[in-house]
Amino acid sequence: MAQETVLQVDNLKRYFDVSKPWLSRVLEGGGRQVVQAVDGVSFEISKGETFSLVGESGCGKSTVARLIVGLYPPTDGSIVFEGVSLSNPAERARHPEKQARMQMIFQDPYASLNPRWRVGDIIAEPIRFRKLLEGGAVKARVGELLEQVGLSARDAEKYPHEFSGGQRQRISIARALAGRPDFLVCDEPTSALDVSVQAQILNLMKELQASLNLTYLFISHNLAVVSHVSTKVGVMYLGRLVEWAETRTLFNRPKHPYTRMLLDAIPDLDMSGRARTPVAGEVPSPINPPSGCTFHTRCPFATERCRAEVPQALSVDGQNVACHAVEEGRLPEWRGLAA
Amino acid sequence: MVAQRLNAILDSDLWWSFTRSKVVVGAAIVTLLLFVAALIAPWISLQDPWDPGALQLINSRNPPVWIEGGTWEFPLGTDNQGRDMYSAILYGLRVSLVVGFLAVIFAMVLGILLGLASGYLGGMTDTVIMRVADVQLTFPAILIALLIGGIVRGVMTPADFEAVAVYVLVLSIGLSQWVQFARTVRGQTLVEKNKEYVQAARVIGLPARLIMLRHVLPNVMGPVLVIATINLAVAILTEATLSFLGVGVPATRPSLGTLIQIGNGFLFSGEWWIVIFPGITMAILVLAVNLLGDWLRDALNPKLR
Repeated sequence: MAQETVLQVDNLKRYFDVSKPWLSRVLEGGGRQVVQAVDGVSFEISKGETFSLVGESGCGKSTVARLIVGLYPPTDGSIVFEGVSLSNPAERARHPEKQARMQMIFQDPYASLNPRWRVGDIIAEPIRFRKLLEGGAVKARVGELLEQVGLSARDAEKYPHEFSGGQRQRISIARALAGRPDFLVCDEPTSALDVSVQAQILNLMKELQASLNLTYLFISHNLAVVSHVSTKVGVMYLGRLVEWAETRTLFNRPKHPYTRMLLDAIPDLDMSGRARTPVAGEVPSPINPPSGCTFHTRCPFATERCRAEVPQALSVDGQNVACHAVEEGRLPEWRGLAA
Repeated sequence: MVAQRLNAILDSDLWWSFTRSKVVVGAAIVTLLLFVAALIAPWISLQDPWDPGALQLINSRNPPVWIEGGTWEFPLGTDNQGRDMYSAILYGLRVSLVVGFLAVIFAMVLGILLGLASGYLGGMTDTVIMRVADVQLTFPAILIALLIGGIVRGVMTPADFEAVAVYVLVLSIGLSQWVQFARTVRGQTLVEKNKEYVQAARVIGLPARLIMLRHVLPNVMGPVLVIATINLAVAILTEATLSFLGVGVPATRPSLGTLIQIGNGFLFSGEWWIVIFPGITMAILVLAVNLLGDWLRDALNPKLR
């Protein structure tokens, strides 16, 4: 089945200038310092699927989310959404109708709702701003949205502080759905919630995806959550995608050493007592990333070539891996979690 | 709906902390009394001190009623023009409060707009606005007010100036105060603009102007109200200082400061009531407003709870 591509990201880059002010640089010496938060990321998302980005803190996954919804302009690369290029602020400004098709759900439900606004006004904002409905119809639609996310229409009169974290995240989802988007960027939507509430929110998101035919870009550091919701998974390391594949493929036959390291670290009740390999080492600073393959400092299979040359993504059976060891076939077979 | 609002107010932390302190309740009552007195001055005064026809020089420099020679016609005595001090104080209070309020509102609006723009837009806008603010802060507020008043006085005829004197005062005092508002608002805006609700508004596609006014502004108003209250006292004092120096409101429509200035000339000739009564009124007003401002600052500061 040929699926319609919703989002196509090609060689996306975002650098942040973290240099000292000009005067201090002149007086104290030292050049410009740049954080390469996202350094050449490419992927595609098809209609109705959930593409997840995973990685440790600081790997640039949230930056990718913000680049796609336009909170940051990309330094380089292209973003094509539903066939329209939104690669820079000017193109975005020309296509407000496309911007309206995408929405974002944020990580912190305590910060993502304006504390001074009533819930009804928060949810109605996209509707009123885009003039989708008028007068009493707005209120009816807000009530409908609230019930769709499992709250009561009467909750529209309340303020955000009257709700729990999980309920606030539901409000956040209702606001995201208010403009009838078909693409949602979810930036760690459950990481601030209790485990029991996480499951409820994830199931709600899955139900909404099925009933409204939504496409998700899902950002998370929690592999259990990712395996539960995603169609495809991309693993990021220091601003680059190191491996991406169908969820089942990635979890059953991980190729990249970094993916294997992450999977090895998942605690599992069935396997208690098993000698797990902990995640070794720390993520190097993105200000001065290691040369070649950025993972070589922590990789047990690193060679001279890994230290010198940036690996290009290699596609095998729909599984994409950027690793010299995989390319050269010198990586041992994945022994699986059971081993 | 109104009852609901009222209940919400009576139920709030702010109301609780208000009723807990007797000093604050006292300050609020005094402030309210002075405001009301200024508001209904024409009905509770004994004469119209702004009407030269009502004044008679024969009544000038009468002592207060409890001193020999005083009459009930002029309970707090009269000044050198034969103005009843009690009525003059009520009208002077009016001028002082109007100038104070308008100046603070002007400074607040200007400071909020520039502070929001500075904090939210950042970059060059921020640099320009904040450097202007820094430079202005190196001058004392009274000097700026004097400067602006002096310039306007220089380009206008005295008769024209008298007509607009109050507005010039408002402008010059307001301009001397905007920096404090702008800096506070900018600081708060920098905090708020990185919160996710602002980013959510950006993703919806709202233009910067609407995000600043609808989302950021309501969340930075707390500290602004505190500064506004404290600055009201400062503005009233600045107006009094300028009037005392003779560059404030004209002597035909005296404010409290003008009255103090007039009375100052008679202090050594024994007519102390001309300066003392306006002085006491001013001191009480400024003290009460300051106490309210201090309380508001503490009540709205979550760290002090």
